[in-house]
Amino acid sequence: MINKYKWWEKVGIYAGIAVFLSFTLAPFFEAFLVSLRPLNKINSVPYKIITENMSFDAYFTMWKSVPKLHVYILNSFFIATAVTVIALIAVIPAAWAFARFQFRGRDALLGTFLAINMVGGAVLIIPLFKLMSAFGWLNTYWAMIVPGAAFLIPTGIWLLRSYLMKIPRELEEAAWVDGASRLYILRRVIIPIAMPGIVVVAIATFIGAYAQQFLFALTFNSSTDLHPLPVGIYQFFGRQTVLWNELMAASLVGILPVLIIYIFLQRYIIAGLTAGAVKE
Amino acid sequence: MQSLGGRPNIFPYLLLVPALLITLLIVAWPLTQTFWLSFTDSSLKPVTNFVGLDNYEKIFAKKFPEVVARTFYWMTLSVVFKMVVGIAGAMLLNSAVAGRGFFRLLVMPPWIVPIAIGVFMWRWMYNGQFGMISGVAQNLGILSGPFEFLATRDSAFYSTIVTDVWVGTPMVTIYLLAAMQSISTDLHEAAWVDGASRWYRFRRITLPLIMPAVATMGLLSAIWTFNSFDIIWILTEGGPRDATTTMIIDTYKTAISRFKYGEGSARAVMIVIFLSSFAGFYFYMISRFAKRSLGK
Repeated sequence: MINKYKWWEKVGIYAGIAVFLSFTLAPFFEAFLVSLRPLNKINSVPYKIITENMSFDAYFTMWKSVPKLHVYILNSFFIATAVTVIALIAVIPAAWAFARFQFRGRDALLGTFLAINMVGGAVLIIPLFKLMSAFGWLNTYWAMIVPGAAFLIPTGIWLLRSYLMKIPRELEEAAWVDGASRLYILRRVIIPIAMPGIVVVAIATFIGAYAQQFLFALTFNSSTDLHPLPVGIYQFFGRQTVLWNELMAASLVGILPVLIIYIFLQRYIIAGLTAGAVKE
Repeated sequence: MQSLGGRPNIFPYLLLVPALLITLLIVAWPLTQTFWLSFTDSSLKPVTNFVGLDNYEKIFAKKFPEVVARTFYWMTLSVVFKMVVGIAGAMLLNSAVAGRGFFRLLVMPPWIVPIAIGVFMWRWMYNGQFGMISGVAQNLGILSGPFEFLATRDSAFYSTIVTDVWVGTPMVTIYLLAAMQSISTDLHEAAWVDGASRWYRFRRITLPLIMPAVATMGLLSAIWTFNSFDIIWILTEGGPRDATTTMIIDTYKTAISRFKYGEGSARAVMIVIFLSSFAGFYFYMISRFAKRSLGK
């Protein structure tokens, strides 16, 4: 058969996959090993993969070294959730408008939204800083939530628009003929049928917001109570000796929630990420 | 009766209001402000003066061309590696071997975990005394002593690229894998019946058909790579001796670390100009290429 491999082809494929996956997973593997080592063994020379006295102690002591660690993890979650909610409120109606309505300037507007994707937050950091300070948003959650959402909205619109375009119009038109208002149609027809698409967009936005909460937090926030994990974790550096084992333990605990979400929802995540790769 | 999607109608504009409000506020307004600030000497001082093109003259008098060249070199290397590793990874994961569903699951973690946290792990790996790379290389006899990857200019430059490739490759891989899976198996089977080898089928069927996806991903990846901030900032903050200072890092250092808002804005404007001309050039090349291959 076409897909039958000779034995050496099979060996080659598995070897290739092994090399590829060791590249993507090596840092996690190393982080896990470091988190298990006692501090004096971390700094031992020569390098050994397995050292003596490995234990899960760091996973318990880290909460004392950085007392607000649990706050940072919750902050990360809260910020990413708020970003997702705000982005969806903007994305759902906009995607419907772009998918179904004829209006002047539609293509130009859609193009502008996509062009926004090109400009990263770091480029606009100066005026953004002034804007946040003018709003009194510095050192509040808002300065991390609203800019975070703004940069994720264009992709969300693009994804949901292509999803909505695949849904037949008949249901909406039928509701319209029956005298339903447009807002009623949005709430009672569009949102329910587009739910799978909305879920994909929501997950993609959440993952994006969770992954990218460094720059805005670093620049706009100096209140330690509000830090998300990527910035809060910096506190493991601010000591005479860097507590690398606890830092790695905290990192792994901090990424665990997204990894769990990923394992359960990977179908939706991959559908969201690859929506443009397949021609419809 | 008026149709649901027909015009004239202000309803679609109302639907756009939330999205427009946020993006105008957070992207469009700051963008115009950046242009305006680039002609001023804005800083922490209370008074801001209009200084014309002074900032632009200033940045070109300094090592700016060097920073631009370095940025493009960094971006090109990183994107090329991401695409090559991504295509190879997608091919491997597309082959019909047992366990591929599980292997696919293991590709994504670098992309979905917070970038900053992944980069902390890399910072440890690059540590010369205790890190894995230097340690394993010494055990294997490749290195004779500890090597600090982030301490010398060249090694820091390439180390930041490796980490950037690590973060960006999963997305490229999964995207191209989706493109490969959408290719109809009939094509491969027809070629196979005619006796085409695996390599020949890859070159003549798979590669041409995933080309549009490669082109799209190449552009997206280039833009993301150009805008990459977290990775370099956490690994080296642009050092040692500016070896990893790309345009983004340079702008951030000027504006936020040295409080020179005016000069920093001029640098930001240069980024916007470079990025848009790059994207324009790219689209031009793609459309020319598409026309030529259709004309054959």
